[in-house]
Amino acid sequence: MDDILPPTYTDYSTGEPLVDTKAPGGPVAERWDTRRFEAKLVNPANRRKHTVIVVGTGLAGGAAGATLAEQGYHVVQFCYQDSPRRAHSIAAQGGINAAKNYRNDGDSIHRLFYDTVKGGDFRARESNVHRLAQISVEIIDQCVAQGVPFAREYGGLLDTRSFGGVQVSRTFYARGQTGQQLLLGAYQALSRQIAAGTVEMHPRTEMLDLIVVDGRARGIVARDLISGKVSTYFADAVVLASGGYGNVFYLSTNAKNSNATAVWRAHRRGAHFANPCFTQIHPTCIPRSGDHQSKLTLMSESLRNDGRIWVPKAHGDTRPPAEIPEDERDYYLERIYPSFGNLVPRDIASRAAKNVCDEGRGVGPGGQGVYLDFADAIRRLGRKAVEEKYGNLFEMYERITAEDPYQVPMRIYPAIHYTMGGLWVDYDLQTTVPGLFAIGEANFSDHGANRLGASALMQGLADGYFVLPSTINDYLARNPHQDTVDDSHPAVAEAVAETEDRLRLLLAVDGDRTPDSFHREIGELLWEHCGMARSEVGLRKALDRIPQIREEFWSRIKVPGTGEEFNQSLEKANRIVDYLELAELMCLDALHRAESCGGHFREESQTEGGEAERHDEAFSYAAAWEFTATGTAPVLHKEDLVFEYVHPTQRSYA
Amino acid sequence: MRLTLRVWRQSAADATGAMVTYDIDGISEDMSFLEMLDSLNEQLILEGDDPVAFDHDCREGICGACGVVINGDAHGPERTTTCQLHMRHFSDGDTIDVEPWRAGAFPVVKDLVVDRSAFDRIIGAGGYISAPTGSAPEAHATPVPKADADFAFEHAECIGCGACVAACPNGSAMLFTSAKVNHLNVLPQGAPERETRVLDMVATMDEEGFGGCTLTGECATACPKGIPLPSITAMNKEWLRATRKVAR
Repeated sequence: MDDILPPTYTDYSTGEPLVDTKAPGGPVAERWDTRRFEAKLVNPANRRKHTVIVVGTGLAGGAAGATLAEQGYHVVQFCYQDSPRRAHSIAAQGGINAAKNYRNDGDSIHRLFYDTVKGGDFRARESNVHRLAQISVEIIDQCVAQGVPFAREYGGLLDTRSFGGVQVSRTFYARGQTGQQLLLGAYQALSRQIAAGTVEMHPRTEMLDLIVVDGRARGIVARDLISGKVSTYFADAVVLASGGYGNVFYLSTNAKNSNATAVWRAHRRGAHFANPCFTQIHPTCIPRSGDHQSKLTLMSESLRNDGRIWVPKAHGDTRPPAEIPEDERDYYLERIYPSFGNLVPRDIASRAAKNVCDEGRGVGPGGQGVYLDFADAIRRLGRKAVEEKYGNLFEMYERITAEDPYQVPMRIYPAIHYTMGGLWVDYDLQTTVPGLFAIGEANFSDHGANRLGASALMQGLADGYFVLPSTINDYLARNPHQDTVDDSHPAVAEAVAETEDRLRLLLAVDGDRTPDSFHREIGELLWEHCGMARSEVGLRKALDRIPQIREEFWSRIKVPGTGEEFNQSLEKANRIVDYLELAELMCLDALHRAESCGGHFREESQTEGGEAERHDEAFSYAAAWEFTATGTAPVLHKEDLVFEYVHPTQRSYA
Repeated sequence: MRLTLRVWRQSAADATGAMVTYDIDGISEDMSFLEMLDSLNEQLILEGDDPVAFDHDCREGICGACGVVINGDAHGPERTTTCQLHMRHFSDGDTIDVEPWRAGAFPVVKDLVVDRSAFDRIIGAGGYISAPTGSAPEAHATPVPKADADFAFEHAECIGCGACVAACPNGSAMLFTSAKVNHLNVLPQGAPERETRVLDMVATMDEEGFGGCTLTGECATACPKGIPLPSITAMNKEWLRATRKVAR
């Protein structure tokens, strides 16, 4: 399939290439030490004179807020939830990777680095990924010291398991609630600082704009969700730890209120947005059951350690699973990818599920599902052992579907789960707006075009506990005496006025459609054309349709109530405004990248076996988009990716 | 399914509230309780009415944001969170009462939304292990017996939803507080702050206006995560031990 269409879409211009000026050279294993040594430090006595705003309290934000406060900075932190403990990191189930090699199974920092670069389909930066692998071992030490109750062996040492895309056992876990336990560790560390008065915490407060003064990030505009009051907060640096943008699809495994407003508002103020089309579709989610569905629920990837995925060999076989004999089942992952079997990476497992369903061999209502079967594992290990490992996941499945997975195989189907794209950041995690940093899922940096399982927790905590608290010093040390900013500054007044105008306008339309109806519409459009498979025809259709939906939104949206009260409809509608712009950039990015890589699968670019086909000669770069105006062509800045250690090859898991 | 809902409506913290009746149709048994409320809200918005405010986020039973009293039970008839309660547990024609958590220490914010920030202050009083970033020893330096690790985990499962307080006739936060005390106090890493932790957390709990514990056990029955009632007696033991040790 070499006759791939050249990128013909012209509705963007190409600007100056981006260069990561903070990444040091030299051997990859020494770069992080080099950078930390070269970075300027802030004298401990001077740190309390600096205020840092942190938006979000998930693994990245919670860890960063606590650590910066421990170092002596004055931290002002925000979350839209009623408590910092509820950030969506809490829902991560399976585990966290670390190259501890406690199993003596050949693991090493270099192997974790290699697996992550390869797993990301060679679209991530080597320097960043290596640093992540190095820090992974410190994260486990840190979390154990905080009292995170990881699973342990009878000898009292930590237990591990395997995740997709790797052949070692390096995933540390706390039953199916690893995210919860890690988040509570960070939340407790943060709570200690809040009680000590070093962190000023603003729960139920949502960031609605970034304040940029003289080219530097100096604060945010935020709305108190209880009183509705819009206020300004100022600082010497702003850190966005506001998570990913998967909720643009409406149906995703994200929390209902997870949103893209903080990053999108920052993008509008000058922060480039990188690789927005790199979204992750998780292969093992509970299939949707009807139009009422408000979100999708993930079943942890760890289940693929013991569960076997299959569909009937025959098309349209509607017999109950127990009546389908062994030789009439197709364990398609084990068949196509014998060396990784059920543990292939997520992008590959998702696409394979889509393929068998498209062939008409899917199971359950509408044929949109495949089986994840534990019968063999229960026979081999006994029900008790399976319960011990996955008990809470099995319960959750039964509660939602009213089917007992100990008796009948689970039915699963892929769903949007994570976004690899995000704000472009340099090696210091600083965006293109000086003084604005992005950490965790909010940035684009470490996972390339596909994230490996159990690596999101690793990256969030690496950024929050270790990377940002080191690199932000350099920025603050180089900008020690910034002018005081207050509400009278024209840039501040403008940001506040824009926010208030937008809220007023949303309330004033008084149309005939609810916020959710628009959110569903944009979500379905994206899932169809910018979901598991993308094509030039489909993407162009979506790009034609999105501006129409935007126009309709502003003439038909109905938001009840006022802005001066607790108003959840207003919160929703305000987030949808940003989704309607972000969706367009995602489609444009997907259209311009006329290759397949990782989670981005362009139908025009596949091998004869139907695998993603990259085009390194044309697309070995991160695409960072510069905002111009709503509905106006953005500017593309390319950051070339250089691979000195892991040489790009066709990914093979066969 | 067709239902009659009687929902607590209260426009703001200082406003007077009342139960308001709504009829709703077309409810599928596969809907979660919150999806049923979503569908009521879609109807209310289109009718020009104010939708019912309720807290929710992950809708997977882990963030602890949701929680309403359903027919007098915190989180309703099943032992789970409100978001994981499905309409198949109700029948066509049912009348369902929906109220916020009722407790002195959880003032109503609006409709079904309450202020649970007192929980955050209890954690801030000692629900942590002081381990500043970077100071940690190698993870395997201190093995933890599996039984202790499992005991810690069982208590660490608390999601901070507040059902225990809502279910308690005294509005007590003993189960919430004991879950965190037991999680951290059993671990070797938690030992240095073992006494101050329990004393300070219990003192803050009392200051926040939660009621006293009479071991009624409603809390453990309502807890969606199954934090066991003996958790409270274990904390009482920790508290007594700490009082004596500090007095010495």
